Amino acid sequence: MLTILFDGVAYGMLLFVLACGLSVTLGLMNFVNLAHGAFAMAGGYITLVLVNRAGLPFFAGLAIAFLVTALIGALFERTLYVHVYNKNHLDQVLFTIGLVFMSIAAVDYVMGSQQVFIRIPDALQGRFELFGIGIGRYRLLIIVVCGLLTVALQLILSGTRFGSRLRASVDDARVARGLGINVNGVFALTFAFGSGLAGLGGALGAEILGLDPTFPLKYMVYFLIVVTVGGSSSIIGPFLAALLIGIADVAGKYYVPKFGAFVIYTIMIVLLIIRPQGLFARAAGR
Amino acid sequence: MQPAAVEKVDRYLAGRARWGALEYVFWLLALASIWHGYFHLPERYLILTEIAWLGLFALSLDLILGYAGIISLGHAAFFGLGSYVAALLAKHGIINEPVLALVVAGLAAAVLGFATSFLVLRGSDLARLMVTLGIALIMREIANQIPEVTGGADGLQGVTIAPILGTFAFDIFGHVAYTYCLIVLFVLFLLARRIVHSPFGLSLRAVKGNPLRSSLVGIAVDRRLVAIYTVAAFYAGVAGALLAQTTAFASLDVFSFERSADLLLVLIIGGTGYLYGGLIGAVAFKLIQDSLATFDPQYWQYWIGLLLVFLVLFGRIYGAIIAALIFAVARWLQLSFFECALIMLAIGLGYGHIQKGLKLLDGAIARLVGHARSATPMLAHRKP
Repeated sequence: MLTILFDGVAYGMLLFVLACGLSVTLGLMNFVNLAHGAFAMAGGYITLVLVNRAGLPFFAGLAIAFLVTALIGALFERTLYVHVYNKNHLDQVLFTIGLVFMSIAAVDYVMGSQQVFIRIPDALQGRFELFGIGIGRYRLLIIVVCGLLTVALQLILSGTRFGSRLRASVDDARVARGLGINVNGVFALTFAFGSGLAGLGGALGAEILGLDPTFPLKYMVYFLIVVTVGGSSSIIGPFLAALLIGIADVAGKYYVPKFGAFVIYTIMIVLLIIRPQGLFARAAGR
Repeated sequence: MQPAAVEKVDRYLAGRARWGALEYVFWLLALASIWHGYFHLPERYLILTEIAWLGLFALSLDLILGYAGIISLGHAAFFGLGSYVAALLAKHGIINEPVLALVVAGLAAAVLGFATSFLVLRGSDLARLMVTLGIALIMREIANQIPEVTGGADGLQGVTIAPILGTFAFDIFGHVAYTYCLIVLFVLFLLARRIVHSPFGLSLRAVKGNPLRSSLVGIAVDRRLVAIYTVAAFYAGVAGALLAQTTAFASLDVFSFERSADLLLVLIIGGTGYLYGGLIGAVAFKLIQDSLATFDPQYWQYWIGLLLVFLVLFGRIYGAIIAALIFAVARWLQLSFFECALIMLAIGLGYGHIQKGLKLLDGAIARLVGHARSATPMLAHRKP
């Protein structure tokens, strides 16, 4: 029972790191980025190449995956995404689906279509018992890393000048612009950072979520659920939503395996009906 | 309103609802394709049949997207349900006659559409995207979890379709199948045409334009949306049933996300809000897909994605031209996907300049057309 809770928390934390970049994109620019999972996949494959083929240590692989994915994110944001911000939602959906299709085919071409695994250090494998709870070492690592990231994000958002600029821009981009905040610059930086986090999440999660070229499509729904359910006004909303979904998904698959996948979709639809603006959203200011 | 003004509006609306010459040409061409296929291209029937049901499916999406402004990423839910219902009815011999089974499959999808329309009504574009997507995924999961009924991941096999109306048996070349699909498409198209030109259809357009204002002039917004969503679900169900009947097979693939995404692309290629968009888009999409698949059988999805990106960036016409150019250059120089992506980024970087150039080109074309108009007296009095 507690083991399931533990696994669920690990899964939820992972989802949060994967999806929090998306929550900013959606909240700040009102931009539907279905291709967010493609950045996560990029991070996963970069780590794979570095660790399995080049023989780099696992943690170095993670760090490089974060940096490289952030760079790719910045590149795409500056060259392509920037032209699509003021188009309607339908165009945004089509544009990002196009990117997803391209990424799937390209990765399939370069890396092959089979599922791959990143070699993790022996010290992180296996599980141990603590007060009767079975704790997987790798999952513990995920919780620690993601937990630290969450705290860091929260501190950045609430404590730094950049954080307050970002919050102002999310709340009301027009007024923020009027106050002289460079909303586009804030956004570009956040987009790159969010992509980097997604890449890190993809690399960390390859062990649990699996990694193959269809990754962006398979988990697109999960990311979107986290964001729509959590709302985009704070970091706490998506965080709690991710935990809720992680625990519900793991518990659902364990207790009612026959209906495992229903649980999460049903939760999403019910929540959207009760709270169309998201679970923790304030009344929209726009 | 003045009686004279009412009359004017009436006349205008009647004029809009009248059949244009191009429409006759379109359907005569469709009719001709039956004979043409019969004598010259029997092996093309498969793709023609696919175009017919895809066109119907896209028409269904056009009804909600083009006329009511509802974005859906899960239209495959209704398509798939119709498909499975038709296949199951035929397999267990409940309803043998295909046309009747078609209607029943469509009605089943309509019931699902009616039930879920209340969920779709709520919330913003994003919530709608999520809910429609979620419904399609749930449908897929249901079909996956009851293999004793649906055949699970292996698909529903052993379906035999009885002759249409008891007389026309499906032949091995697909001649009957294509004719059948085309007739169904035409009948349902007539119905859709009637719907969108009725007062109901006009009120839908008002809702699409501005829901708040249209509710102020007395249009029951929610009820209109529920109605059109249900009708669209019926159409999608029939399209799915056509697929199941012409292939005598149904599989989980009918619910897939790619199907809903491809459908959006079909409609975007053809254009929304004039009913022919879905049909023209279906023809174009299948031709593109077919030729891409012969050039690059394994990775044709890459080029579809590239096409989508450029359609959004540069509009329908120029986007398609640029994507085609990149494709041609990539084939000519044997470029890798990576290099193509770099080209894409470079074009994104020069976006502003390219847009400026295209505007100049637009102006030049408009001037040329203007000259041609004034030079030919027949066209001169018609306003563009």
